[in-house]
Amino acid sequence: MTTSSTAVPAQAASTGDTAVLLCRKLRKAYGDLVAVHDLSLRIADGETYGLLGPNGAGKTTAISMVAGVLEPDTGEIAIAGEPVTVRDARTKRHIGYVPQEIAVYPDLSARENLRFFARLYGMSRAEVRARTEDVLATIGLRERAGELVGKYSGGMQRRLNIGIGLLHRPRLLILDEPTVGVDPQSRRAILDSVEALSAEGMAVLYTTHYMEEAERLCDRIGVLDEGRLIAEGTVRELTSLVGESDQVHVAAAGNLEAAARAVRDLPGVRQATVRPDGIDVIDADARSGLARLLATVAATGASIRSVSVEEPDLEAVFLHLTGKSLRE
Amino acid sequence: MRAVLIIAGKDLRQRLRDRSAILMALVLPLVLAFLFNLVFGSAAVPRPFRYAVVDLDRGPIAQAFRTDVLADLERDGVVKLRTSATEDEARQLADAGTVDAAFVLPAGLSAAAQSGQSAHLDVIGSVDAPTATDVARSIAASYAAELTSVRLAIAAALPEDHDDRMPPQQLADLAARAAAATQPVVVQDTSAAAKLLDSATFFPASMAVFFLFFTVQLGVSSLLDERSGGTLRRLLAAPVPQWSVLLGKLLTSVIIGVASTSVLVMASAVLMGSHWGDPLGVGMLVVAGVLAATGVTALVASVAGNAEQAGSWGAVVAVLLGLLGGVFFPIAQVGGLAATASLLTPHAWFLRGLGELQGGAGPQAALPATGAMLAFAAVTFAIALLRLGKVLRP
Repeated sequence: MTTSSTAVPAQAASTGDTAVLLCRKLRKAYGDLVAVHDLSLRIADGETYGLLGPNGAGKTTAISMVAGVLEPDTGEIAIAGEPVTVRDARTKRHIGYVPQEIAVYPDLSARENLRFFARLYGMSRAEVRARTEDVLATIGLRERAGELVGKYSGGMQRRLNIGIGLLHRPRLLILDEPTVGVDPQSRRAILDSVEALSAEGMAVLYTTHYMEEAERLCDRIGVLDEGRLIAEGTVRELTSLVGESDQVHVAAAGNLEAAARAVRDLPGVRQATVRPDGIDVIDADARSGLARLLATVAATGASIRSVSVEEPDLEAVFLHLTGKSLRE
Repeated sequence: MRAVLIIAGKDLRQRLRDRSAILMALVLPLVLAFLFNLVFGSAAVPRPFRYAVVDLDRGPIAQAFRTDVLADLERDGVVKLRTSATEDEARQLADAGTVDAAFVLPAGLSAAAQSGQSAHLDVIGSVDAPTATDVARSIAASYAAELTSVRLAIAAALPEDHDDRMPPQQLADLAARAAAATQPVVVQDTSAAAKLLDSATFFPASMAVFFLFFTVQLGVSSLLDERSGGTLRRLLAAPVPQWSVLLGKLLTSVIIGVASTSVLVMASAVLMGSHWGDPLGVGMLVVAGVLAATGVTALVASVAGNAEQAGSWGAVVAVLLGLLGGVFFPIAQVGGLAATASLLTPHAWFLRGLGELQGGAGPQAALPATGAMLAFAAVTFAIALLRLGKVLRP
């Protein structure tokens, strides 16, 4: 586990590393705004790597560079040992890219969409036919493959969006927030698909700001904030950053700033953050100190509505590392 | 190149499903050309012109007008004649719309003309047939001018000290010889009239080139649609050269433009009797015109922020260039700056090139106009390609 991007053992493509993806010190700026700072990543075959961060953290910029869509200002990217650049079309055949927006043609059918992209990836006529039908079956759209995509539900369009990325059996599948705005049923289907692909040995780079998805799918997670990789590791490794602490949420109303200040002075309290509906507290031992904590909050005049105590999760990790919520 | 064809094939499939595209590319230009031709073209003038003749003179001058001038026109199917006994009867026929106009040859016309005195030939027109009345006036004026030239010829042939009492037979022979003489100077209009498109060709041609600038937009502006719809990122992530995306879009525009204009050429020839000229020459003009139109719309798309903006700006540019290029009226006839400015439009060169092909000219006659439009395309493409590179960045 690492807590800074510079600690990742990234290597250049020429070193013969067998990792599917190797990035070293990627940087991208738009004028004065640096969207990605010195990002280094390494993803192995069959590994699902989650890039976790709030909106605007730089996730999409980072994966646009990895997908060969956006040229980094500095840094190196290699897929399966071959360097990736925007102009080098050859290496891109290893990548399956699923953009955050639903990038399909609504005035074509699902079958026509898939066949178009299959041809673009250089497949033969027979391969195009075979892979199109395979993918239609995988994403559950075979029955309605001839209908115009514009008539599909949002969830069906999302599934097609992912299916296009799978057509050419890429070494690395890049999924940029694939579950944003989908219904629970489609979301579950998408997560199941990603797990199945990973089980088949496909490397997956998955960006999300939903910690539950990252915890469920990812072998390793990188936490991105303001363009910087601030921590990286397995879920267990990351949550251990918070220590053996408990996360206490006190739902309350009143002068919450004063309540948080008072709580921070209590022994064992590592952090107290004001939320719109109360205070989040990271406490070394909430079980023994809970009564004192609640008494302190009440003493500031705040009225307590409820209290919950949880084991630390990625939300707590992010809070611990940045002082912000993932969903801010 | 394979990727260019794949992208163009996909785009063409999408465009063919777009009914508004078919309306814009084929239906509107053909319908408008038909309507314009009906209202403003030769089809709007009923033929033959119906004229009445009132011969109150019954002399040789009136006889010659009826037999040498009007009878010839009737034989050619240009006019249809009827005789009226009196001027009042002819006027009633014109007022009732039974005839378009009437020629009144007054009593004493021949005597006055032969004795060198002033004479007149009257035309009564129907208010409902202004064009036919104008034609009647032109016929009468032309005959009067011929009489004047004969009179001048006789005057020039007589010696200065000739006897005014020349025998009538000698005078008549002299007049006949003067009238039969070959005209010393014949004006042949080879610069304009011979190259002028008839209305059944002009309107389809002008509407074809006018709507071409809307039709080719469908291909180029789809690049902006791909960008706003997110599919451009996907295309850029595919293992194909970036330029193939751009070329695929431009190829789509060119194919749509050539196909729609070709269909319009053939449809107007069959349905409206348009005479486009040498097929190879027309083909050269169509391809050059499509390239010029694609270059202009690509340039507009390269400065627009999105497809809607490109469509709006493209429409403004298309209408301005169309007006200046003379697709609605021959602006070159205004002369001066307007005529010069019209040469800055592909429209004017397209129509001029078709004019050059009239009268059986070979494809080489279309080369100057083709060259001008290709130069137009080269300049606009060069600027557009430089700018459109930025559109390919997500």
